[in-house]
Amino acid sequence: MRLRISFSKHGKVRFTSHRDIARIWERALRRSELPVAYSEGFNPRPKLSFGLALSTGHESNGEYIDVDLDPARVDGLDVDGLAVLLTTHLPVGLTATGVVVGDRRMPSLQQAVTSCTWQIDVRDADPIMIQQSIDRLLERDEVMVTRERKGKEITDDLRPAVLSLAVGSPIENGVRLIAELGTQPRAARVSEVLSALDPPLAEDKVLRLHQWIQTDDGQRADPMTVSAASSAPLEVSA
Amino acid sequence: MSTARASFDGPLWTRLEPLLPQVQKPARYIGCEDGMQTPEHGPGIVSWLMTYPDTYEIGLPNAGLQILYEIVNERPDGAAERSYAPWVDLEALMRRDGIPLFSVDTHKPAGEFDVIAFNLSAELTYTNLINCIDLAGVPIHSIRRSDSDPLIAVGGHCTYNPEPIAEFVDLVVLGDGEEVVGEITELLREWKRSGKNSGTREGVLRELSKIPGVYVPSMYDVEYDGEFIAAVTPRYGDVPEKVEKRTVADLADWPYPKQQLVPLTEVVHDRLAVEVFRGCTRGCRFCQAGMITRPVRERPAEQVSRMISEGLKRTGYDEVSLTSLSTADFSGIEKVVGDTVSDAGVGQVSVALPSLRVDAFTVGIAAELQRARRTGLTFAPEAGTWRMRQVINKLIREEDLYGAVESAYSQGWRRMKLYFLTGLPTETDEDTLGIAELGRNCVELGRKHHKSPSVTVSVGGFVPKPQTPFQWFGQNTEPELKRKVELLKEDLRGTKGVQLKWHDTRASLAEGITSRGDRRLSAVIEYVWRRGGTFQEWSEHFSIDLWLEALAACSLDVEWYVYRHRTEDEVLPWDHLSAGLHKDFLWQDWRDALEELGLEDCRWTPCYDCGACTGYGIEHVVASATPPAGGSQGTGVDLSAGGAVPVMLQPKRTVGEGKLATASPGAGS
Repeated sequence: MRLRISFSKHGKVRFTSHRDIARIWERALRRSELPVAYSEGFNPRPKLSFGLALSTGHESNGEYIDVDLDPARVDGLDVDGLAVLLTTHLPVGLTATGVVVGDRRMPSLQQAVTSCTWQIDVRDADPIMIQQSIDRLLERDEVMVTRERKGKEITDDLRPAVLSLAVGSPIENGVRLIAELGTQPRAARVSEVLSALDPPLAEDKVLRLHQWIQTDDGQRADPMTVSAASSAPLEVSA
Repeated sequence: MSTARASFDGPLWTRLEPLLPQVQKPARYIGCEDGMQTPEHGPGIVSWLMTYPDTYEIGLPNAGLQILYEIVNERPDGAAERSYAPWVDLEALMRRDGIPLFSVDTHKPAGEFDVIAFNLSAELTYTNLINCIDLAGVPIHSIRRSDSDPLIAVGGHCTYNPEPIAEFVDLVVLGDGEEVVGEITELLREWKRSGKNSGTREGVLRELSKIPGVYVPSMYDVEYDGEFIAAVTPRYGDVPEKVEKRTVADLADWPYPKQQLVPLTEVVHDRLAVEVFRGCTRGCRFCQAGMITRPVRERPAEQVSRMISEGLKRTGYDEVSLTSLSTADFSGIEKVVGDTVSDAGVGQVSVALPSLRVDAFTVGIAAELQRARRTGLTFAPEAGTWRMRQVINKLIREEDLYGAVESAYSQGWRRMKLYFLTGLPTETDEDTLGIAELGRNCVELGRKHHKSPSVTVSVGGFVPKPQTPFQWFGQNTEPELKRKVELLKEDLRGTKGVQLKWHDTRASLAEGITSRGDRRLSAVIEYVWRRGGTFQEWSEHFSIDLWLEALAACSLDVEWYVYRHRTEDEVLPWDHLSAGLHKDFLWQDWRDALEELGLEDCRWTPCYDCGACTGYGIEHVVASATPPAGGSQGTGVDLSAGGAVPVMLQPKRTVGEGKLATASPGAGS
């Protein structure tokens, strides 16, 4: 039995890393006494799988974790009350927002998620100038960027991953952008997109609004409502 | 009184927040730990900022600060928050933007607290101490502080000679802080109520100096006779001539921390820690921790078991460390191990023994606890020959070590780590080379059980510490320590399976400069700090040249402070401070050391009257009057190696969760 849990990350706790969040979840799950399944072998680990990493410092309305439960111990599990229970075991700023019951045939979050919607605030910027630089970026056929990965320089085209980019509602002392960025074959980073603008921008606050899974019919769906294995709606409780 | 789930965004946080994306590991600065408290502040409430003068990762697990944090917050007239030294990247931004040192709990400026209390566990953090005071916006010299400035307090092992930092601190607490923190709070509460009027600070310091265990350096005059100290005398008749340490008689009364802080980001000891006893009477002569924390006070085994089970449940940790100076000596160890293993169920919890005794019995316990992942074990024989071990009173026979190592290899551990000191009193090259010999023999034992066993020989340069029998010993010169390391490198060259690691001998010299200095060292520490010499415990920031330049600039001599042997009649800078040990006991023990005379553990033999029990009218608190099973080590009982416990144990039972046991060489090395 596999649970998919959605959670949000706001406030001070956004300065924890992806690795920190993994360890926080391990402790929270132990404290909640949820019957988590453990791997076999010399070094049994709880069977958890995390979705796309969120950069340290970014907030999110839509983070996910898949948890495998020990089928022998799931009797009487209160799925409805689980999100509230888990939140009491999480630090301030991390909130479990929903739990759905799936199964082990669900593809992993890393494989399934195809894009994310981002809210990006930049400070002291002029919305008209930004709109112009966005237009220039979107008109281009390719946007080659070079990044370092494991000590090697890799150059690839960022343009296909920029699914949408636009100036959003006005904010104080800056401009709010809304972007949908692709995550396959690799997740485009907010900072890369801002750097690719001419003139480049620097992010102030960044919030992941959504993660999306593209379904067979070309629609995009929330990871909590779609089981790509069965395409049947899952039992939802939040 | 306080709530852990409230979120506090004080005015300082809104200024700090935009800086955090620009620095490494920003989670160091956000607080939000489980167990965090956000106490109320007010006129009748004395506020303490418990500060560790190094990074969050090192400072957060500090048990002393966590205990005092809870005890103060339980008081209706107390409020405690925490702070740690910001890393150099954030410090630069804070100084640029005029942001002061802050608490991580509510991001309140350090300067708004009544007391900033530092734990000092290592001399090389002294420049960070000054840096934190300065970042708090408080004058670094106590003499320049005004009535409204916070009091700067220090505690921890370094405070048994606080003279090198005397100019920077207002009060020093010697020994256990559990009781005295309340007494200080009461006194300061009245002062705060009265409004801390101009000119009253001196009077409060004088009152503080009368609380047993509290040393106020400014209440004492130091007279010099040339380079030597002639006398240290109280400035007033009602200030004690000698300050005695505080000792909590029974740990059972202090089951703290009750809510150990669980950090959101990784720290050095990221696990539950339960202190099983305080003090040690094995009498290792190099070990300051063992000398200054006497007598032995064991926590009742049932309380330990309860603290473990409740702590694991509350924190969600799957690992617990049983802390003390020598956990295998805990008379309740077998009960606690049994309770923990059966309570948690195999595969759920791993138990670490951070200081393994060197014998097969101890390895048996480790085997009970670490059912899986048996990768490495650490032992601390400390010296390479029996002669040398008698000098330092670490009475481990070679059979004890080989029994322990053989037992460990036979039970699946593959890597042994052995801790040693070099530069010990009377050490000859034969003693030094004995270290290599032990390493070789251990790896040889491993070959009977594994194809490629490994032994790491870790060598640190010995730094004599105050309030120990070796306080009179002239530290080996830095070139001499380096020569000994070279000797070992040469001897072990090409030896398969033995890796040599050594502590930077220059860092041992800097530690030597600060550990037994007097008040004249204040100028040296300040000099190093003014030239950017913070984070001296970090190799990327450490600079011996800066320390030597500072000594020269202050016309002080490294030979005089570090390398010379001191004499019986010399007034030592810390003679007016007492850890309970009689100076004549320490001197006799020093003479015994030079005569290669070992001294048995006084738990199992008649009292030597060192002073720690008799002086304070307290006793060892042990649950069992029988020496622990296992090696002969200083128990006065000639148990054969391994005692009743078979040296060779068969691999057994179900394999479950577990982590490797680690051991530290003891605080004295």
